[in-house]
Amino acid sequence: MLEVPAVAALTILVLSLFVGVEVISKVPPLLHTPLMSGSNAISGISVVGALLVAGSGNRDLAAVLGFVAIVLATINVIGGFLVTNRMLAMFKQTRRPGADSGRGEGA
Amino acid sequence: MSTLIQIAYLVAAVLFILGLRNLSNPRTAVRGNALSAVGMLVAIVATLVANEVMDYTVVAAGLVVGAGIGAVMATRIQMTAMPQMVALLNGFGGSASALVAGGELISAAQTGESLAGGIVPFAVVLSILIGGITLTGSLVAFAKLQELVGGSAVTYPLQKSANALLGVLVIGAAVSLTVDPLNLATLSVLVGLSLLLGVLLVLPIGGADMPVVISLLNSYSGLAACATGFVLDNSALVVSGSLVGASGLILTRIMCDAMNRSLGNVLFGAFGAEEGVASVSAEGGVEQGSVTAYTPIDAAVVLSSALRVIIVPGYGMAVAQAQHAVRELSDLLISEGIQVQFAIHPVAGRMPGHMNVLLAEADVPYEQLVEMDEINPQFLETDVALVLGANDVVNPQARSDVSSPIYGMPILDVDRAKHVFVIKRGMSTGFAGIQNPLFFHDNTMMIFGDAKKVMIQLAEAVRDYTS
Repeated sequence: MLEVPAVAALTILVLSLFVGVEVISKVPPLLHTPLMSGSNAISGISVVGALLVAGSGNRDLAAVLGFVAIVLATINVIGGFLVTNRMLAMFKQTRRPGADSGRGEGA
Repeated sequence: MSTLIQIAYLVAAVLFILGLRNLSNPRTAVRGNALSAVGMLVAIVATLVANEVMDYTVVAAGLVVGAGIGAVMATRIQMTAMPQMVALLNGFGGSASALVAGGELISAAQTGESLAGGIVPFAVVLSILIGGITLTGSLVAFAKLQELVGGSAVTYPLQKSANALLGVLVIGAAVSLTVDPLNLATLSVLVGLSLLLGVLLVLPIGGADMPVVISLLNSYSGLAACATGFVLDNSALVVSGSLVGASGLILTRIMCDAMNRSLGNVLFGAFGAEEGVASVSAEGGVEQGSVTAYTPIDAAVVLSSALRVIIVPGYGMAVAQAQHAVRELSDLLISEGIQVQFAIHPVAGRMPGHMNVLLAEADVPYEQLVEMDEINPQFLETDVALVLGANDVVNPQARSDVSSPIYGMPILDVDRAKHVFVIKRGMSTGFAGIQNPLFFHDNTMMIFGDAKKVMIQLAEAVRDYTS
């Protein structure tokens, strides 16, 4: 276990909140849905904690909870990143000149 | 834990921040998402190789099952069902964090490790509380969006008192568990109360307020991860969790501003429960003259002679899956030399950015999608504003009628265009339960029907008329 004192963790928390606000305020409304699904995938970081709890080597209730947590967090991570990628790939700039008539095939 | 793993977590955190920063531009956004995914991979691999994991079979099984389900969900989901998907993922993330915190506590109880004092018990309590609320809150939101339960606000007698009582119980259990963290009975009570609280908090919130709820649950899923980070003393969870928490809070505020309502009002002031009553009963007096129904052929005549058209999509477009049909109409008009833009209200649809995703799916280039503040002054010079399945976000009462429950909400000024087409299934009121005087304006043409069918008929009529 990391021996970071709670104050250090609090410092990290506060600074990260500020970074988060700065970075995310610049995301345009156009991309708010991918922002949500993408940031949601990041919140699946708890999979890291789940790995430690489930893989402790004990076969007890805690390990069962850890296992369920791994499954849920991994759904969150993989599902979140993949669906975000799917959405972002759809956002295109103005079609190239002359491509107007053949739009149907891209859908 | 080795220095190496801490450095790996730092790398992951940097990749998350860079990834989010790249989301500020549609051209770099795909790369940004990939950067975040690489960050996650770094964090997971570092944890796996750090000699902390003893039992790889359990871990591998969990990862494979989760990845399989996640991949299937992400590839199969329809774009119109994206709000449900995001709601569900929020719930999974939040509950995973709570489970980890709970697992830590149970381990500590078994080994007799003392947790009293310090920040850990408090963090466990927060993680379980936020994670529990996120899980059931998201499931209720999912059920509403999937229309498994009614989308309208659910109210019942003594709702406020029941919630207040539950709040007191939660605080009691939370304080008790913080003082005596190894008491597993209190833990179970807190888990139960959190789950119940999630249901009761989201149940009274109606469909059109879903953008706020989903943003807030998004934030909670991050905050739960953050709290679990304090439990495990894990910097990766603290950093990532707070980034997501901040992101969700910003979106929540943007959504609330776009409805001119406070967060408290959205969460606890279910429309129609309080101030809504007066205006709903006064609704009969709002009728201003008669509504005339037009056919798509009538509309095509007006549309064909227009120079400038603005399309205003709303939730009705999503319900009717009309995004492809509307893009075809837009392409046709553009090929006739007509300027076509889409006006996007921030709370149109059921989640932030809902309309943008649907129109992107239909291959509408994103330059054609214009935000409210930018497009509003342009309605004056617009020949046709075509309202497709939107209602409250174009209700002029929000500008003029102080007694209206939506007074002060920023709206799209479609009524200032020369002609307004409103495509709607019937004369039902919008989510706020109030009649829309726009429908009775002289320059408004109502076209009744399914959004998708009307779009197709309109395109055919324009083609016939111009050829």
